[in-house]
Amino acid sequence: MTALAALIQRELRIALRVGGGALIGVLFFLTVVVLMPFAIGPDLALLKRIGPAILWLGAMLASLLTLDRLFTADHDDGSLDIIAMSRMPLEITCAAKAFAHWLASGLPLIVATPILGLMLNLDPAATTAVALTLLIGTPALTFTGMIGAALAVTLRRGGLLLSVLVLPLSIPILIFGVAASNAAVVGPTPFGTPFTILAALTLTSLVVGPFAAAASLRQGLD
Amino acid sequence: MTLTELANPTRFLALVARLMPWLTAATALLLIAGLYQTFAVAPDDYQQGATVKIMFLHVPFAWLAMFGWAIMSISALGTLVWRHPLADVSAKAAAPIGAAFTFLCLVTGALWGRPMWGTYWEWDARLTSVLILFLMYLGVMALWRAVEDPSRAARAAAVFTLVGAINLPIIKFSVDWWNTLHQPASVLRLGGPTIHMSILAPLMVMALAFSLMFVTLHLAAMRNEILRRRIRTLHLMQAAAPRAG
Repeated sequence: MTALAALIQRELRIALRVGGGALIGVLFFLTVVVLMPFAIGPDLALLKRIGPAILWLGAMLASLLTLDRLFTADHDDGSLDIIAMSRMPLEITCAAKAFAHWLASGLPLIVATPILGLMLNLDPAATTAVALTLLIGTPALTFTGMIGAALAVTLRRGGLLLSVLVLPLSIPILIFGVAASNAAVVGPTPFGTPFTILAALTLTSLVVGPFAAAASLRQGLD
Repeated sequence: MTLTELANPTRFLALVARLMPWLTAATALLLIAGLYQTFAVAPDDYQQGATVKIMFLHVPFAWLAMFGWAIMSISALGTLVWRHPLADVSAKAAAPIGAAFTFLCLVTGALWGRPMWGTYWEWDARLTSVLILFLMYLGVMALWRAVEDPSRAARAAAVFTLVGAINLPIIKFSVDWWNTLHQPASVLRLGGPTIHMSILAPLMVMALAFSLMFVTLHLAAMRNEILRRRIRTLHLMQAAAPRAG
């Protein structure tokens, strides 16, 4: 158990220090969301209607952008091999790394959501709904994305391939995340239905993600 | 002949060479019979008119789109669990064929949707999940091309294939779980098909014909892949050998 805590602590420390790049994700999120009104035009009514979708897209792209940090840096300096050789099962290692990654790069996105919601003319209820769906949904983005990150870690030019592999897998998360947010903003469907499916997707990815990532790491590292 | 014996590529190639003429002939005959039944025997729909003929292509394409990923998933298990050498080849060979059938399914669906629904494309659950399947086919093909060593590429692709297999039940049951524009299942359902025999019989013939076509193409692609690997090995040996004189 101490090994697990140590690993999570290590990941967090590396992510938050200089060169870790966890906060670049938030900056990217901010930039993408700010770009949207330039492209669509500053129509406040329209922005209010598509605001949840913009926030979700921004969060999804931001989490995709930071995904290759999950294994690549550790693979490059060799520490991934050492971590993989430890007595802790590789599945738990993967889960711990993904959890730490989400804490460092997923949570800040949710903290930034209320400010961006203001810029997109969302009322407090809608912002809360989007933040809540992001809180439940972004772990699924990280844990499914981890599978792609583990597949791409040993490849040259893995970054592009990573997005090609991960984006189709994360479409359902996007669909139900935006559906739940929209249900809270405009109705008519109840918020609970898509939200519970989103939660189910997250729980499934928490189970499937570590096993698939560990399997592909085992294949890739030998 | 067991699966273990087929692990020897030479035996497999011999088997393919023996089967190929029969499979090709059977595919051609069934396809001719199916097309004849489709266009000459099967009645026009009382509402849809002649556009219902698209169904005889669209439905087999859709089945084979999913069949292709199922083949890849079974092969992926073969790669990861049993390390069967043919499983890699089978998974790699099935990807482009499955992608082609998925693409044809989407195209025929769009052409059918235009007169029936008034739109080429609708973002409903069935269409979207098949589109995701198509994107995943392209992703897995990109993954195969990204890794140089075939056996390592096989294992990476196998993991991705098994994760992507979650999409298959979603496609199958999407019409039951969500209210979709796409019609619900009418052939493979509990309580038997709801299609009249005059339509169902040609559909079955067409489905069998295209399934045989899939198997034929798959075996041919596997043969080509084995030969391609042999050429690759020869090239590597040639490059490694010291130059004479």
